[in-house]
Amino acid sequence: MSEDKVEQAAVADEPSPARLIGTLAIAGLVSGVIIIAIYLATFETIKENKARELREAVFRVLPNVSKMQKLLLKEGKLEVSYKEEKGEEPIYAGYDDNNTFMGYAIPSDGPGFADTISVLYGYRPSDRKVIGMWILASRETPGLGDKIYKDAAFVANFDDLAIEPPIVATKRGKSKPNEIDAITGATISSVAVARIINKGNDYWVSRLPEPGAEPAYVEVETPPEAEDAQAQ
Amino acid sequence: MGDLGWIFISTLLINNFVLAYFLGLCPFLGVSNKLEVSFRLGLATIFVMVVTALCAWFLNTYVLIHAPYLRLISFIVVIASVVQLIEMAIKKTSPALFRALGIFLPLITTNCAILGLAIFATNKGYGLWEGLVYALGAGMGFTLAIVLMAGMRQEVEKVNAMPKLIRGFAFNLIISGILSMAFMGFAGLFSSS
Amino acid sequence: MAKEQLAYDEFMKGLWRENPVFVQVLGLCPLLAVTNSAINGLAMGLASFFVLLGSSILVSLFKSYIPKQVRISCFIIIIATFVTVVDYTLAAALPVIHKELGAFIPLIVANCLILGRMEAFASRNTLRMSVADAFGMGAGFLFALVSLGAVREILGVGELFGIALFGANFEPWVIMILPPGGFITLGVMLLYFNWLEEKKNKIDKQLATEDGVN
Repeated sequence: MSEDKVEQAAVADEPSPARLIGTLAIAGLVSGVIIIAIYLATFETIKENKARELREAVFRVLPNVSKMQKLLLKEGKLEVSYKEEKGEEPIYAGYDDNNTFMGYAIPSDGPGFADTISVLYGYRPSDRKVIGMWILASRETPGLGDKIYKDAAFVANFDDLAIEPPIVATKRGKSKPNEIDAITGATISSVAVARIINKGNDYWVSRLPEPGAEPAYVEVETPPEAEDAQAQ
Repeated sequence: MGDLGWIFISTLLINNFVLAYFLGLCPFLGVSNKLEVSFRLGLATIFVMVVTALCAWFLNTYVLIHAPYLRLISFIVVIASVVQLIEMAIKKTSPALFRALGIFLPLITTNCAILGLAIFATNKGYGLWEGLVYALGAGMGFTLAIVLMAGMRQEVEKVNAMPKLIRGFAFNLIISGILSMAFMGFAGLFSSS
Repeated sequence: MAKEQLAYDEFMKGLWRENPVFVQVLGLCPLLAVTNSAINGLAMGLASFFVLLGSSILVSLFKSYIPKQVRISCFIIIIATFVTVVDYTLAAALPVIHKELGAFIPLIVANCLILGRMEAFASRNTLRMSVADAFGMGAGFLFALVSLGAVREILGVGELFGIALFGANFEPWVIMILPPGGFITLGVMLLYFNWLEEKKNKIDKQLATEDGVN
């Protein structure tokens, strides 16, 4: 008798499946509304932050550049693009105040000493030279490997660097136009940066249009990047 | 070796989930007192990680491309549900396998290494194969770390002279630090070739 | 007055006596990964603090409406919502810090400390006490993150919050800001807390025996 009562009480306490699902659905709905609200509220700012970061990196590796546009390889041809596309592998073209083409900013990555190093480097096709290098992401050892972006002298190696034959990092002091000075104590990181740039060149140099046939700068009213770049 | 080889070696040794990224520390410190249990936990983790990589790839390719803001919630919900379903399936079809690995599954699902795997793979923009190799590397790296840890702890237990004060978490953390230092020796393994 | 006292007690419990990191050893994953500098520790601490406080308030307010069979799922949805809010807000307002903390912000969801407080405290106590508890635990976690980050930054780089502390002759212990340094620093700090605890127990015992004599 008493056992029955206990069981009944337990059944009464047991909420119906509808109530369980209802609770979860309400929680999910409210959470969804909040998340979409915060997403919409921050969307523009986050997009601007990312665009600014990219622009700063591109301007860093391409001297005297004040405008840029994104280029995508479509059926063997470089085309200007404003949209985000999945799996895209863009490069960026930089132009000066008079819309003259100054060079490409090419992203490339590969194994470093610790983790993958992502590099953005500037390439000028007219004389086939690397004209700037910037590390986008790396987890190299602080104090040693991180000199690949903290050591101004190392970064300056890439300001005027021939790409043929492929770039070599040397410990004996550079003597040829395609050589860079490896950092003492971080030879592997230095070699890795050289190798990553060579990898980018292997892929891109043959795919770029003839010097002089680069895509012209397109003045468009829509992309905020272009407007911001001019404002700066 | 190509990119897949680098991803595998990098997550297995150089950027070990536990010893370099501190992911999955709860089981690493909590369940590493017996060698055999640790090994089985490791196997179960490899399994859940592979499932996670599949789920993450599916969500990223078909769902999140339309609604990126649901990333975190959908990862948690989908991974937890899929692992739960697999657990039920294993229980029905293979009680032996369930006894060996199944008991760990609910424990692993709420582990930050699993969520971390999904998020890292997404941030790195990995496709299906890269994601799977990444999951294998991460899972095997976790197994390697926890088995080494369990081995060392079993040996240390035999030392009676150790003061009571140092036993427990503090000591395990210091052993982990030494293990992590040893794993740092793997850095450069790939790029010096 | 008594209520004030109780709430204060809950707060102090989280901050020191039952510190989530140094005493309960919870939430290690974000703790060790981001504390290579004091400022990162501070940012992660504040983010976790906000998530913990917000979730505690909601869980405590709605505890009687949530059936216990689905409570964990509800807690996780609530926590994940707050984490997403923090993630987007940081990305918009402080992109540099957001980049530095990277994937570890979403991982706040998997911090067992937060889910643990929901289950063990917020779902069983009044709003007032839950807020006090969240403040205490959040502050305790923040304290642990900042102190760990500060120790590692001082030894590993010779700076604190980016300000150089020593002269140019200081040779930093780079290992301290690398992963092994995280494990070892926390291990040593836990040792210190164990030692404090043991000392306190000894004194308590002594007092107890003295009381017995009296």
